Amino acid sequence: MTAEPILSVRGVTKRFGGLVAANNVDLDVYPGEVVALLGDNGAGKSTLIKCISGVYAPNAGSISFEGRETRFATPIEARDLGIETIYQDLALAGNLDVPSNVFLGRELEHQMLSGLLKRLDNRRMAEETQRVLSDLDVKLPHLDRPVETLSGGQRQAVAIARGIYWNAKLVIMDEPTNNLGVPEQKKVLELIRRLKASGVPVILISHTLPDIFAVSDRLVVMRRGCKVTEKNVADTNAEEVVQYMIGALDDTEAA
Amino acid sequence: MAIDAIGNSVLSQVVRLWAWLFLAILIVFFITAVPLVSGDTVSFLSIRNSQNILVAITPILLLGLGQTFVIISGGIDLSVGWTMSFASVVSALALRWGYQIGLPIPLAVLMGFCATLACGVGIGLFNGTIIAKLKVPPFIVTLGSAFILRGLALLFSENTTVIGLPRQIRDFGNESLFYFVRGDSEYAGFYFLTKPELPRAVLREMDRIITYPVLVTAIFVAMAIYLLRATRFGRYTYAIGGNREAAIRAGIPVDRHVIKLYVLASTTACLAGFLSVLRFTAGSAVIGDPLLLSSIAAVIIGGVSLFGGSGSVIGTVIGALIIAVLTTGLVMLNVAPFWQFIVVGCVVILAVLIDQSRDAIKASLETRQ
Ligand SMILES: Nc1ncnc2c1ncn2[C@@H]1O[C@H](COP(=O)(O)OP(=O)(O)OP(=O)(O)O)[C@@H](O)[C@H]1O
Ligand SMILES: [Mg+2]
Repeated sequence: MTAEPILSVRGVTKRFGGLVAANNVDLDVYPGEVVALLGDNGAGKSTLIKCISGVYAPNAGSISFEGRETRFATPIEARDLGIETIYQDLALAGNLDVPSNVFLGRELEHQMLSGLLKRLDNRRMAEETQRVLSDLDVKLPHLDRPVETLSGGQRQAVAIARGIYWNAKLVIMDEPTNNLGVPEQKKVLELIRRLKASGVPVILISHTLPDIFAVSDRLVVMRRGCKVTEKNVADTNAEEVVQYMIGALDDTEAA
Repeated sequence: MAIDAIGNSVLSQVVRLWAWLFLAILIVFFITAVPLVSGDTVSFLSIRNSQNILVAITPILLLGLGQTFVIISGGIDLSVGWTMSFASVVSALALRWGYQIGLPIPLAVLMGFCATLACGVGIGLFNGTIIAKLKVPPFIVTLGSAFILRGLALLFSENTTVIGLPRQIRDFGNESLFYFVRGDSEYAGFYFLTKPELPRAVLREMDRIITYPVLVTAIFVAMAIYLLRATRFGRYTYAIGGNREAAIRAGIPVDRHVIKLYVLASTTACLAGFLSVLRFTAGSAVIGDPLLLSSIAAVIIGGVSLFGGSGSVIGTVIGALIIAVLTTGLVMLNVAPFWQFIVVGCVVILAVLIDQSRDAIKASLETRQ
């Protein structure tokens, strides 16, 4: 790669008490590429991306975004720089309706009395939500229902809609096809390709190897908090990846 | 399908109808029962009695307004009762001091008001900061500060009441927007803003309609409705009560918002304390405590879930009205006052039961679709 990485993670370590959930991890993401993050349950994938998205402050290591070293104290700082994350646990407010969730923390407002008084612009938020959902080919019967009354797949769609609405510079997806039916899974993969085509890099966490091989350029395997390998998708295959995941192969030992 | 068409948000408003209905039934009941018991001359819905009810609910409502926001966010403020007492004492002291150093009455009142605001912000910052930053559960923090404020209010007042306030401040707390003189004397009729000069004999025929404390409370209710329904502030309050972690990840400054909520709760409580000073021309260290439970009852009857995430200001208004109608109605029926507590207690439990079964009904309707 000749271009500068848009995201550069160096030596990131995150401990929970005695447990080292992410151990000295390096990761680069270049413009317009899809990087897959794999590993067994508990390997530390979600922990790593939460360090990137500002949910956790790493105990050690550094993160640079667009060439500048960043230290996100809160998720809003990451969002403001253009990093949108679709979390595995979705992070939706179940008591709020669909547009309120898509726009949570970034509500559209009417200005009144030259900005002295502000009022939520619920109608425009509903229209925009409808637009982004139809971009995703998702149909929800009612937008004005509390999200907790939606099915798991519909909620997943809402979380994805929120992640892509904001013209992010980097999209992180933690098991986005969870809970989805086969047609919806296809749409998510299609969406990832579209993001890539428009130059937006994606970090994709998934346990579904065929999906990963279908959309990713590069893959990174984690095991017990450590990165055990990093490969171009073209240079590897499912069997080899599984070997890394279960610990039969480990590049860090070889080095 | 029919339910589908109505849409969930409308549905939940409509099902909440039972509270309106209950209020209406209560009023109809007292309108018919009161003349039977107390003689035909006494009417439950007279101007005087309806105004008495409004005057009675202003402190409950002011305590309940901030509490509504706090409980929707998943917290609770047990200190609002003693906060009101403390503000009553402190603002009375400030007002008296201003009067004694020779300030004109309106300026002295302003001093009392500023002292009230300072109490509200100070107490709210204390509660909110410990809850949000030090992660002590709100129940414990506000229980502790309730005791602290109780001690301080009694200490500062030296013997529960602060007297020696200028008599003129009564007008702020008791005069009204409208006056109505009954009967067929030459004075009979409506008066707007200006209090009519009446001979003593007719004075008893005069009713005050919408006293200033009621007006102030109504303005606060309107602002609270707007704040909760139409602004980011309200949306964040619901979001934090619904899923605090989601609110954090969405970038809502949760800690700061929680602190603001406790400032709001203690400020409306302090305002109630200040209005009581104007109304009674005295500060009282024990005025707020009996109102705490009533205000929480109003919030709960109004449909705010103690688990956070749902509820409305209008619900709290209805809850407060139900309590006030019940208590004044029972008094007019000559029922021993202790029964008020028993009845209100039953209504609180009933309200929650109805809400729970409503949720169950709604859920079963949804699964059947
Ligand atoms: N907030 C937390 N507090 C304590 N331990 C945690 C926390 N979050 C994660 N862990 C632990 O850190 C380790 C890595 O968890 P993580 O969620 O990153 O795994 P993962 O690779 O995303 O797994 P999965 O595929 O199941 O999602 C696990 O052992 C987990 O129990
Ligand atoms: Mg995970």
